[in-house]
Amino acid sequence: MTALQDSRSGSPGPTATTKRYRGPGIRRKATGNRLRYGLTVAVFLMPSALPLLFFTIIPMFSAFWISLNQWNLVGPMKWVGLGNYGKLIGDPGTQGAFLHTIYYIVGYLPLVYIGGLAIALALNSRIRGRSMMRGLYFLPVVTSWIVVALVWRWLLNPSTGIVNWLLGLIGVTGPGWWTDPAWSMPSIIVASAWKDLGFVMVILLAGLQAIPEDLYEAATVDGAGRWRRLFSITLPMLSPSTFFVVVLSLINGFQVFDQVYAMTGGGPNNSSQVVVEQIYDLTFRYGRAGEASALSWLLFLFILVITLIQVRGQKKWVHYA
Amino acid sequence: MRKQRPSITLNILVLVGALMMVFPFLWAFVTSISPGAGLSATPQLIPENPSLSAYAQLLQRLPFAQIVLNSLILAILTAVFQLVTSSLAAYVFSRMPFKGRNAVFAVYLATMMIPMQVLVVPLFVEMKSLGLIDTYLGVLMPGIASAFGVFLLRQAMNSVPQDLDQAATLDGAGHFRIFGLIVLPLVRPALATLTVFAFLNSWNSFLWPLIILRTPAMKTLPVALAGLQGQYTTQWDIVMAGSVVSVLPMLALYIFTQKYIIQGVAGTGLK
Repeated sequence: MTALQDSRSGSPGPTATTKRYRGPGIRRKATGNRLRYGLTVAVFLMPSALPLLFFTIIPMFSAFWISLNQWNLVGPMKWVGLGNYGKLIGDPGTQGAFLHTIYYIVGYLPLVYIGGLAIALALNSRIRGRSMMRGLYFLPVVTSWIVVALVWRWLLNPSTGIVNWLLGLIGVTGPGWWTDPAWSMPSIIVASAWKDLGFVMVILLAGLQAIPEDLYEAATVDGAGRWRRLFSITLPMLSPSTFFVVVLSLINGFQVFDQVYAMTGGGPNNSSQVVVEQIYDLTFRYGRAGEASALSWLLFLFILVITLIQVRGQKKWVHYA
Repeated sequence: MRKQRPSITLNILVLVGALMMVFPFLWAFVTSISPGAGLSATPQLIPENPSLSAYAQLLQRLPFAQIVLNSLILAILTAVFQLVTSSLAAYVFSRMPFKGRNAVFAVYLATMMIPMQVLVVPLFVEMKSLGLIDTYLGVLMPGIASAFGVFLLRQAMNSVPQDLDQAATLDGAGHFRIFGLIVLPLVRPALATLTVFAFLNSWNSFLWPLIILRTPAMKTLPVALAGLQGQYTTQWDIVMAGSVVSVLPMLALYIFTQKYIIQGVAGTGLK
């Protein structure tokens, strides 16, 4: 749509006088060509602009409209203003879901970052079978969450799973993993970190390969040891990749759902109920679409604020070469 | 730290880690060929009576072939649509300036930040009013355009030298020709990356197909697998057989395109 309007306003067309190359048609001057240029832009842009408009942007705003109403998906809507938001903020279930989501992120992020960094560092050295190893570590990334969750549910089965069997071999009684409220979230965190290690590894590996070798040589000449080089060269030079990993992990972390749904279903005793699981339950189990939409918007605003804080805060610790 | 040969300890550690990555897949496979698995207390790496009966049962209990086909067709269509829609838009953002182009591009990027969950209720309502609940079209439609794809391909097209299309312009080629005959062939690696990602996302997607599809025979693999787990909790051999089948196509695709995927992921991280 915007493209069409822009083409009508005409300024960019083939007659525009900039030194930059503007593609074919630039040498012709007739106004008919300006229209043709606009039409071409429109033809190229519409196939993606229309779906994004109808399936992302418009639903985004209608979610806000729904969130101001009480609605069960079939009957008439009843206007409640910001009532749904007030109700949710005061609701212990919602507070719990946010707390569990934060618990997930706090456990998951350090695990996946430190693990991914260690693997990236190892695979950046001249280790045996390097590219095959990269492939193996990346394998879980391409696997469906449902499959990963099922396999891990089986591995962590308190009575018949192999993890507790192995723990038994060394004389430790394994916990009730996903059957014990205290261990349900750690189970989900372990499986999630395992799945995403390869992704973090690849991002950091690309960052590592961009660090100039002579920095290390100079530091070595100056007598910097292994750890010193890690903290004074590698980590600062890696900060843009780290920033990317952290922003992405936080956005994804707040949207955690598939693994929870398949591993614990939010239980036992709501101990692993996360925000998206609650959105799903509110909508499709209890038919409370207004509240679900309000919760969606709360989640969206939460993610937005956290992302903005990170983008603002990046000047303090992210160094672009 | 980087130039010297790594120690044997490091080599072994990396290998052990890699085994931990592969082990669950191996375990899923072993379980799938061990009838009645999950009932015995001690896990066994070599099954006593290996058999493919779980796979046979899977075919009986679910319209399994149908479900695999559903997932496959949806994933292929998603990839094809995303390739077409994203490459066209990326060409505009890389080659066809117009007033307000940056603003439009910013809107595209912003849609990447909107969580799927915010859209679930209104999209459901939209599909309902279009009569697309429990249809493949309803599953497919929200995925036919991808801002990520536009972003990825634009980055790639920006690195194609403009001299090439300038020369073609002098020869009288229009935008459609330059797009199809010059730019597209030169961004093949990025197209491959997008194909894999689009296929992967559709093949593995869970929440949206779970919501939109009702008829059991119409379900996709992840949804059917999640359903299996509820029905036959103790029959891990069947659940794992389903998991193995769902991983295999991804594994094949991954082996052939590993280089591109890893480059693609790394490229988006570096920006």
